[in-house]
This record gives sequence, C-alpha cells and structure tokens, in this order.
Amino acid sequence: MSEKKSKKVTIDMNINGEKVETDILAADLLLDVIRNNLGLTGAKPGCLNGDCGACTVIINQKPMKSCLTLAIEVGDKEITTIEGLLHSPVQKAFVDEFAFQCGYCTPGFILNSHALLMNDPNPNKEKITEWLSSNICRCTGYKEIENAIQAVMTKTHNKNDSD
Amino acid sequence: MIPYDFRYYKPTSIKEAADLYQTITAEGGKPVYYSGGTEIITLSRLNLVYTDAVIDIKSIPECQEWGFHHEELIIGAALPLSFFDEKRDFPLLTETAREIADYTARNKITIGGNICGQIFYREGVLPFLLLDSQVLIAGESGVRRQSLKEVFIETLTLKDGEFLVQLTTKKIDLRLPALSVKKRQQWKTGYPLLTVASVKKDGLLRFAFSGVCPFPFRSEQMEVVLNDRKKPYEERVLDSFKYLPKPVLNDTEGSSEYRLFVLKNTIIDFLKKLEGDQRE
Repeated sequence: MSEKKSKKVTIDMNINGEKVETDILAADLLLDVIRNNLGLTGAKPGCLNGDCGACTVIINQKPMKSCLTLAIEVGDKEITTIEGLLHSPVQKAFVDEFAFQCGYCTPGFILNSHALLMNDPNPNKEKITEWLSSNICRCTGYKEIENAIQAVMTKTHNKNDSD
Repeated sequence: MIPYDFRYYKPTSIKEAADLYQTITAEGGKPVYYSGGTEIITLSRLNLVYTDAVIDIKSIPECQEWGFHHEELIIGAALPLSFFDEKRDFPLLTETAREIADYTARNKITIGGNICGQIFYREGVLPFLLLDSQVLIAGESGVRRQSLKEVFIETLTLKDGEFLVQLTTKKIDLRLPALSVKKRQQWKTGYPLLTVASVKKDGLLRFAFSGVCPFPFRSEQMEVVLNDRKKPYEERVLDSFKYLPKPVLNDTEGSSEYRLFVLKNTIIDFLKKLEGDQRE
C-alpha cells in the first residue's frame, strides 16, 4: 500500500441525527467506521459477506448492510444505528416477545423490523418474511421475531382505533 | 475490512467517468467502475479483486434513469434491485429481481452490477435476454447502443474502459405472459440452484436460464424444440437438453444430474402454465 494511496480523507456523516466529521480511507467499510471511528458498536460484524445482516443500519430510510457499503459512499445520507433508535416500539416488543437470546443479531433484526414498519405500517406475512430473510439468527428462531413485529402492528392499530 | 486502499471518484457525467478511467489507466493504475459495489467489496476482502481506483457511477443521471421514452422503458444501470419491487411496470423484472440475494442486499445491488458481475448467476439479465432488449454502453469513444443479444455472450462483453449505462425494453413487451422461478436446494434464502425465466410472445415460449451452466443464457435452439406441441412435455424437455450449452454446473449447490432433474421439472411446470396462459 503506497503512501499516496493510503491518504485519509475527512468526511461529514449524518448519523443518528448528529453531524460528525471523521477521517477515513476510501476503502473503509461503513461498518468499521461506525464501530471504530465513532464508537457505535451496536452494528455487529458477522459474516462480513452480506449474508447475515448483523451489521444492518438504516440509510435514508432503507435497511442496508454496512459491511457492503463504503463509508465514503454515504457522506450525504442519513444513517441510523441501533444507538439512535431510542424507545422504538420494536425494541420493547423484542423484549416482551422473547425475540432474542444471545443478542448478537438483535440490532440488525430490530433495525430491519423498524425500517419495515416505517416504510409499511401494515405489512402482510409474506412481506415480513421477505424482509426478515435478510437477517440470520442462530439461537432464537424467527417466530418470536415475527411475533414482535405483529405485536407492534396490533398495538398501533389499537391506538389508532382508540384515538 | 478491505486489505488495501484505493482512490474513490464520483463522476457526475458519462464523459467524466470514461475520461477518469482512461487517465487512471494511462498512469498505470487499475480502475474499476463501481455501482452497488457489493461484489467488489466482498471479493476485495478475499483478495480476489484488486483495484487502484473506484469510479462510482451512481451520480451519473443517465445511470439512475427510469421511465418511458419513445415506447421504450429505459432502466438506468445503477438502479438498485429493490427499486423494481416498488415500480411494477416490468413484472418479469420485478419477479426475477426479488429472488436475487435478500431484501437489504437488494437495496445495494444494482441491476447493472448484477449483470456485469463476476459471480456467475447474473439472473438480472434474464428478462432482458428474453425481450430482445437494447443496451447503452459508454466508453472512451462515446456512447453506443446495441442489441443485448449481440454483446451478452455468457457475459456482457465490454471493451476495456466501457461501462453499462442503461437497458431499454419495448413497452409493448413488458406485459407479455411471463414467469420467473428460482429453485434453491435449501430454504428461501440459500444460494440459488437455478433460475428459469420465460415469456410467451406471438404464441411461442422463450426461455432463459441461470445457474444451469456457469453463465446465464437464452437458447433459441432449445426454444424450437420446447415449442413443438406435437410432442409430450417430458419428451420435448429431454430433447431440448441436447442443445444445452456446456458444461452443466456440478458444485456444492447441486450435482449436474440433480440440476437437470430440477430443470426438467421446472420447464414442464412452465410449459403447463404458459401454454395455457395460466399465471401463477
């Protein structure tokens, strides 16, 4: 790696509603930058191959795998990590429905589920399955996670009915 | 972590991108065009791809185009696969694209990246092969429009410094009866065994395949045999296999015998559904 090629560049990032400035290499993955430069360790390195979804973050309202994204690509975009998702109903539903065990995959699942309900407050079963197929859990199972999403949907409907 | 660094460029015009490629090459560098970038990132991490400079084409307006013009649908090469789930003007593309990778990956993988990728499935090309689409290719000498059939021979045959800008498909063909099915050995999200896509035009079925051979293809010779309605389904399919390109894949996703078994049954299902115009 030559000196010239390894030159760091400064980028502005919009992450969890805050503007931050950080120095990166062009080849740095978004996952590494948010974990190592910004100290936001909720996004997890799993397969690092785009298969497991443990590194999922929300970029401009869409769930994306941060291991498949260069940090330099997202300077002008809004990024949400699990740390920025304070008091999302999905988080509480995951607790209530026992939708996690070891917790390693949980930030990815929660962000994907949150993005799903943000984009479509009333997804059908097929759509929930399709979105959740982006993430892999190896200790709980998917039924409880689907139940958590259903619980948020039910709660939202009940609230809307009573309003 | 990618084990080496590179320079990153984000051109905003076709000419700027093509000129950048030439300049970097002239300086002895090894640039790559970058769209979704998922394959470049994952293969770089494994040291299977090396580049000095990444030229990100996502900010080129023509690569993001989507719309009808002169009775054709224009599709920018840098549109992500999930986009076609939201825009349903091209149902066969929607069906085929939604079976590639998984939802969050499809937010990043682009149609051009899938078609130009090294990974051999490249299912995104199947609808375009079936509908005689055209491609817009840019490079040092400007932009050229060509029939996809002429330039997609196992892979998109681009000259050094060229990149795919757009695909265009006749509007009249977008709503033809069509099917696309991906078969996996395990689960709904495992790696593909094979994908079969078909359209019915002028009473005849066209077929294109991915995962059968180490490249996607459409075979007009197979189509002639498969459309011979005088013969029963199974006989037609087995006869058509004489025209399969070689080699048939034999890997961890499935042996060649298993692939041909699944292919036979899938094509028979297609013949039953599409000869009677039944949509799934």
